[in-house]
Formats: sequence, structure tokens, C-alpha cells
Amino acid sequence: MKNIQNTGLSLFLIGLAIFISLIFLGKYELSSEVFDNFVSNKGIKSELFINDIKSKVVGKAFSNPFSFSSEIIDVLETANATHKRNEAWDKVIWDKPHSLSYEIAKSAAKGHVKEHKGLYWWLTFGLGIIGALLFIIPNVITLGPPGIKNNGIFHSKATNRGWIGWFVFIFLVSFYLLLYFRPDYIVNWTYTVDPINIALNGNLASQWFLYGFLYCTVMTVMAIRMYIKYRHNKYQVLRTTSVLFFQIVFAFLIPEILVRFEKPWYDFKNAFPLDYDFFYSWNLDELIASGGLGLFILIWGIVLTLVIVPVMVYFFGKRWYCSWVCGCGGLAETLGDPYRQLSDKTVKSWKLERWVVHSVLIFALVMTGFTLYAYFSESQYVLGINTQTIQDIYGFLIGAIFAGVIGTGFYPIFGNRVWCRFGCPLAAYLGIVQRFKSRFRITTNGGQCISCGNCSTYCEQGIDVRAYAQKGENIVRASCVGCGICSAVCPRGVLKLENGPEQGRINPKEILLGNDVDLMNLLNKK
Amino acid sequence: MEHIVIIGNGISGVTAARHIRKLSDKKITIVSAETDYFFSRTALMYVYMGHMKFEHTQPYEHWFWKKNRIDLKKAYVRDIDTTSKTLHFEEGESLQYDSLIIATGSKPNKFGWPGQNLDAVMGLYHKQDLEKLEKYAPNNKICKRAVVVGGGLIGIELVEMLHSRNIPVTFLVREDSFWDIVLPKGESEMINREIRNNHIDLRLGVNLKEIKSDETGKVKSVIIAETGEEIPCDVVGLTAGVSPNIDFIKTAAIETGRGVKVDRFLETNIPNVYAIGDCAEQHDPIGQRRTIEAVWYTGRIMGETVAQTICGNKTEYKPGHWFNSAKFIDIEYQTYGWVWAQPKANESRFYWEHANGKICIHINYDTANNAFIGINTLGIRMRHEFFDRILNEKRSVDYVLEHLADANFDPEFYKLHEKAIVAKFNQENNTNIQLKKKSWKRIFQLS
Repeated sequence: MKNIQNTGLSLFLIGLAIFISLIFLGKYELSSEVFDNFVSNKGIKSELFINDIKSKVVGKAFSNPFSFSSEIIDVLETANATHKRNEAWDKVIWDKPHSLSYEIAKSAAKGHVKEHKGLYWWLTFGLGIIGALLFIIPNVITLGPPGIKNNGIFHSKATNRGWIGWFVFIFLVSFYLLLYFRPDYIVNWTYTVDPINIALNGNLASQWFLYGFLYCTVMTVMAIRMYIKYRHNKYQVLRTTSVLFFQIVFAFLIPEILVRFEKPWYDFKNAFPLDYDFFYSWNLDELIASGGLGLFILIWGIVLTLVIVPVMVYFFGKRWYCSWVCGCGGLAETLGDPYRQLSDKTVKSWKLERWVVHSVLIFALVMTGFTLYAYFSESQYVLGINTQTIQDIYGFLIGAIFAGVIGTGFYPIFGNRVWCRFGCPLAAYLGIVQRFKSRFRITTNGGQCISCGNCSTYCEQGIDVRAYAQKGENIVRASCVGCGICSAVCPRGVLKLENGPEQGRINPKEILLGNDVDLMNLLNKK
Repeated sequence: MEHIVIIGNGISGVTAARHIRKLSDKKITIVSAETDYFFSRTALMYVYMGHMKFEHTQPYEHWFWKKNRIDLKKAYVRDIDTTSKTLHFEEGESLQYDSLIIATGSKPNKFGWPGQNLDAVMGLYHKQDLEKLEKYAPNNKICKRAVVVGGGLIGIELVEMLHSRNIPVTFLVREDSFWDIVLPKGESEMINREIRNNHIDLRLGVNLKEIKSDETGKVKSVIIAETGEEIPCDVVGLTAGVSPNIDFIKTAAIETGRGVKVDRFLETNIPNVYAIGDCAEQHDPIGQRRTIEAVWYTGRIMGETVAQTICGNKTEYKPGHWFNSAKFIDIEYQTYGWVWAQPKANESRFYWEHANGKICIHINYDTANNAFIGINTLGIRMRHEFFDRILNEKRSVDYVLEHLADANFDPEFYKLHEKAIVAKFNQENNTNIQLKKKSWKRIFQLS
């Protein structure tokens, strides 16, 4: 078994090494024909840019994406600076430099990877998947009989902030930085998934398709790990199946297939304000221009946020979304599960959490308010503030840095729910509903708690579950996503996630069940 | 200001301190030689197993004590002078009190086995035991085999701990079946199977004769009394129960037996000196309970109770219905009310076991009037509130079976066994009990 696992680990690491090295492989050569096509497709009006690219880039061979990208961006910035000085606004190219560079690179790159996409898929994704499965599946035997097997988690370099954890952290953070800010460096990665994208809707893969495909792949592989680890626990098995289904079908397949029929890319489960650009003018315009389906999406999006989400939270708690449906939650519950014990449980972090997450919610609402006001008043400025600027700040700070770089990159350091706990505006909204108007609670089983702390340790949201359980109180907290792990790891059967009557849901007590009946009546029913 | 001093920072002492603080403004000092801060003793096993770090076993953050004005003193009490109301510490200092609570817990039993004090022979009780275990049994290279002596709750925990690091374990149990002085046959045998399924070398009905030393004074092997077999090993765990940790009191004027003798108000023979938790011994048993109860829950209940008395609401220690829980490797155990290992003359039993051999329930009831007396469950979680109410209201076994759906506390989507359980009872007893649907109204006693 150990040998199979070691072989798997080796294969996985080889796949990972090839994946990383792909960045440095290949050549970039822009032909004038390709460039002319690009200029006319994009409708670029800057002769300065066109001429400079022709003289400095076209026909030249670049051996790596970095020099290629920097040359294009140099040209772009020089051209834009000149046009802006001359106030020749129609000539300015407003694209993000690295996105523009990505588009050129995607068509200009040459080399082995582009010519053997399938092969490189197998060498990266293929080896990664096979290696990971060979590493994971023997757990059926090595973990021992079904049951909670958290042995060695705090002895492991991977799961206790050891050097492996830090390595994963650096890899994930770098990955997100490249994905969001340097797509032109990872053109080779996108080639490996071109065939899949073409099969789905005929397009070449963008970095976002790559991300979506990788996301589904990682979730599927790590869901298998969850199935094995919690095979004795039906709640975990069903929940894992649910998040996996919603990710693959709703967040990946349906949107890509919609694109095939020239409909807008839309994830039907992604509710505003998590889906923060839903009310952006380009999205509204696109939806309105897409006929019946567009209109349906528009109404669905609004009803989802205003009606479906809070009503479901009333009946089932926010878990129905956060740990059964949501994509961010889905990744956290699969890829992130090995890191759940790293969340901070201090009261200080709870205070910080409330400040930060509600600030993000307010930020999202204010930004959307500006956006809508601008949309209907048809002016770019509201109260003298450019709505575009505020959208850009939100997109950069919250959409990219918080949700991606910190949210996932920091899994091995701060646990798997950093985004969901501190950053997600939808979670903040659901949390308010859950705290004040919901049937959901984690019931504490009378006086059975022995304060061991397994529940708090394994709470990914950093809730000090034990603090409630040892007082005999139910756990009613805005941030609880109902993952059910506290209940699973409890050695004494103290915790149960339930949807019950609101009356008595919050039940502070002086002394616990098991004491003198009369004394309890005297003290608890004051 | 009145000064309450508590010796021992376990669950009993800390519960007492917290409740005294809630109820009053008295000065509170907790003295302990073991650790700086309260930790959950029951969680020590998870630290060794790597489920948690030691800091996770501490239920309160360090600022908690200062904020609640509970002074912590790390010192070992050498002597109590009850006339001058003074504690003398090993370290030389002393401390005055107005009221004293002795909550010093237990220590592992040693029955005079030859070699019981050798290196790498240990109990599993104190934080220091954990450190010793980490030293002598960090992995299966240094500890090639461990022997655990004593088949109770701590014994099986120690076995599970060593097993988690793939250290081969021989488990010597004096009884003919695991913990069969407490567990009836069905439950006890299920745990025997669970132990053996985990490849533990379980030896039933054997006693330890002697622990042999190597030339450095460290354990080398153990000898079994019945067979004379010598088992080479690197670590020996002695887990044959615990007894009150009160050696330092024996010279004081405080009356002791096996534990510190207390009356129903948890007060000793000396006024304003109380004893709670594992170290307290009742003069006469309360109900069916033992005079010394080394259980987490009773320690907590005594802490809650003594705080009332000290804060002016003189309260008798009258624990409610018995309950307890444990986990035997992967099988959870809960009990409510009384289910003795052997039925008493007036008692009838109903036992149901799942075909997988890992789930069972065992109900004890009165033969004459069918009154419910108690339940054991293995592998099924039950609602404490439900059974507490059943016992208060003196309900019948029929009522319990009818309302099993209300009682179930397993996680959502778990397979329910209530139908099979009720069917078996009906078949055995020629009854026609119908299972009722789960009702929130009944569960939460809503009007």
C-alpha cells in the first residue's frame, strides 16, 4: 500500500513539475497575418501601437512568455501614453495590458505544447489525476476501519503549517497571481485544455476555462478523498456529492454549453452579491440583448438573492448554500478539508471576522447601488465618483485578491474557509438571516460534553463550538456553514445539526442537564 | 474580601471557580502543580494521536482567567493547616484561605506489582504521562511493542493511542470480557471484537505478575501470572483504575477514607473545607451511585453545586439521573439510567444488535410494571434530554420504544434502526408497540 501511495505521489509531483515547467517552454512568434487579423477583430485604431508591434514584435522569435509580454506591454503603454497626452481618446486601447498580451500570445505561441495538446494534457492533468488517486485510494485500507481517523494531522508537515504547507501556500498564491494578473504567462496551460473547450462549445480555452476545468478536476479528485475519509458518515457523503454536482453541472457544463448556443455565460447557482458583477452594465446589457433566456436569467438572479436564498436559510440554515451548493464552499470542503483545523478560534479573530465580512457586504451593496444608479441615469459618475473605478477596486481587492489569492492561497496557513468566513458578502447576508431568523441550529446533547475540543479544532469557520457545548447551549452562529464535521468528530455524540422550531433554539443555561432536577429548575428557569 | 482557594485545576475545581465568580465577588485562587491552565484531561489522548495540539485541549483562552479575576497559582501543596487556614507549598511559600475546595482528582492505581516503578512504566492521567509516552513511545521503531494492563476506559484509550502510531499492543485484561463489570455481555463482546478487529493482541482473563527490567532500569518485558509467558516490550501502561489523589492531605485534620470524606453538602469534617470531583468520598452512597465517582460529569456537577453553597445558597449534592459516555476505538457508547452488567431480580432486559455487529441497544426495565430503568447504546447516539425526561416521568419501556424516533440523536441522513428494534421487541414480548413519528413538539416539550 505504501508503495502504491509513493508511486502515486511521485507521479503527481512529476505532473506538477511538468505543469510548472510548461510556463517556460515554447516559442512566441507573431506573424504579420495573425497580427493583422487581431487588429481588425479588436478594432484597434492606434497606428502607433500597430506600427511599433510590427517593427518590434512581428517576425521576431521570443523564447519565453515574459520577454514577449513585456515587449507588447511596453509598446502598448507608450502608445497609450501618447494618445492620452494628445487626448486622442478613441485611439487609446483600454484593455488590461496582460489580457491584451494574452490574446496575442495565445495565437502567436508555437512549439511542442501547442502541437501536442492531448499529450501535454496527459502529462500534466493526466499524471496529476492518476498520481493523486493512487495516493488517495489506498486510504480505504491504510486509514483502518471506517471512523474518524485524524491520526497524525498535527504531526504532519503538510497539515500543521510545516514546510510542505508553506510550499503549497507559495504554489497556490503564485497560481492565483498568474491567473488573475499575468494570464499571458500561462498560455501553454490553456493549450492543454483547448480540446475540451472545443468539444464543449467550439472555442479555444481562455485562462478562465482552464481555471474552471482545473477547479472541477481538483474537486472531483479531492471529493474521492472525502468519500473515503467519511465513508461512515452519510451526511458527509451526500454533501460532498451535492457540491460536486453543482460545481460540475451548474458552474462548468451549463455555462459553457450556453456559450455554444450563443447565450450569455451564466452560473445559475451563483447568487448576488457573491456574483458581484451581476448588475454591471455590460452584464445587464448582454442579458437584455439575449432575448427570453437573458430576461429569465435577470429575473432568476434577483429572485435567487431576494427570495430563494433567505427562505432556504430560514428552513435549513446557510449550509444549504455554503456547504451543499456553492463553488467556493465546494473547493473548501474538498481541496480544503485537510486544512480545516488551521482556522483561528480566538475571540479576537471572531471580532475581526464580524468587522471584515460585514464591511465587504456593505462595500458590495454600495458599489452595486452606484452601478445601478449609473446604469439608469446613464452617467458614469455618481456623487463625483467614477463607478468604473469603484468596480475596479472591488474586483481587484475583493474579487481577485480576497476570494482567490487569500481565499484559496492561504488554505494551508489559515484554514480552508478564509474567504467564506472573512470575505464573502453572500455569506455575511446568509449569516444575518441564519442568526436571527432560521430553524437551523447545532443542538448540544444535554450534559454529555467533555470539553475535549475536537469540535472547535476541526471547525473550519473558527467557531469555538466547545464553548457552547460545554455549557449545554445550542450553537447558533452567523458564520456556521453546517459542514457537520463538529458532529462527526465528537467522540461522545454531543452535537447534531438540526432544523427545528425557532422556540428555544437559543438556550443559555446556568447549569447543565444531569444536575439536581430541582436546582436546574430553580436556576435555569429564572 | 473572602478568599476561596481551590486545589486542583481540573473540571471540578474550574467549574466551581467559574460559578463562584458568576454568583459573587469573592477572591478566587486556583492552585495546581500540574499545568498553568485548565485543560481537558479526557482530550490528552488526542494530542498523542495528532488530532489536536495541547493548546486545543484548553477550553478557555489565557486572558479568561485574568478577566474573570480568577488567580492561578502554580505550586504543589505540601500540607494543609486547617486551624490557621493556611496552605504550605512544597516551594516554601504559603497561602491563607477562608474557604478551601479540594479538587485534586485521581491518580492511577498501582497494585504493588514488581517493577511497577521502572522507567517506561506509566499511567495515563496527567499531562506528564503524555510527555513520558511521547518520550518512550514516539513511534514503532523505538517502541516495538507496548503492553497495557487493565481493561477499563483509560486502558482502551491508551491502546487506541498506541495503535494510532502503529505500535503493536498487547492488552492484558483481568476480566473474562472487556469491562464486563460494567457492560453486559452483548456490549462487552462487541468491544472485544472491536479491539481484535484493530489487530490488538487482546488477552482476556489474565493478570500481570511482574514487570522485568533491563540493565538500565527500563522495562524489558512483562510476565503473565496465569501462564508465565514473558512478553518483551518497551512500554507498559498501567490503567487498572484510579483512586483519589489525596496523599498530601493524610497528615491534615481532614477526615479521609479512600477519598476525602464529605457530607451531602460536599463539606468535610472541617467547616469551610470542601472536596469535590474524583477525590471526594461520600459517607453513604447516593442512590445506586458509588461513594467515589471518578467521572467527568459528576465532577462538573459537584463544582456547580458547591459554588451554590459557598455563595450562600446552601445546596445538597443531589445529582440527577445517571448518564455517561465513552468511545471504544470507533464505537461510541452512551448510557442513561442504569443498565447493570447482570440484571437484578426485578429487572428484564431487551437487547437488539445490528447484523454488522457494531451497533446495539440494551434496555433495562422493571419486570413487574414495565418501568424504564436505563439504556445502553453502542453506535447509536441518543438524546440526553429525552431519557432524562423519561426517567423523571417514570415512563414505561413501551413508551420509550414508541418514541424512539424522538430519542435518536444520530447525524441527519443516518440509517434509522427503530423499526427493526421495535419489531424485535414486539416479537420477543408478544406486544404490539407502534413506532410514532418524530415530533419536534414532544422533543422540545413545546406547548
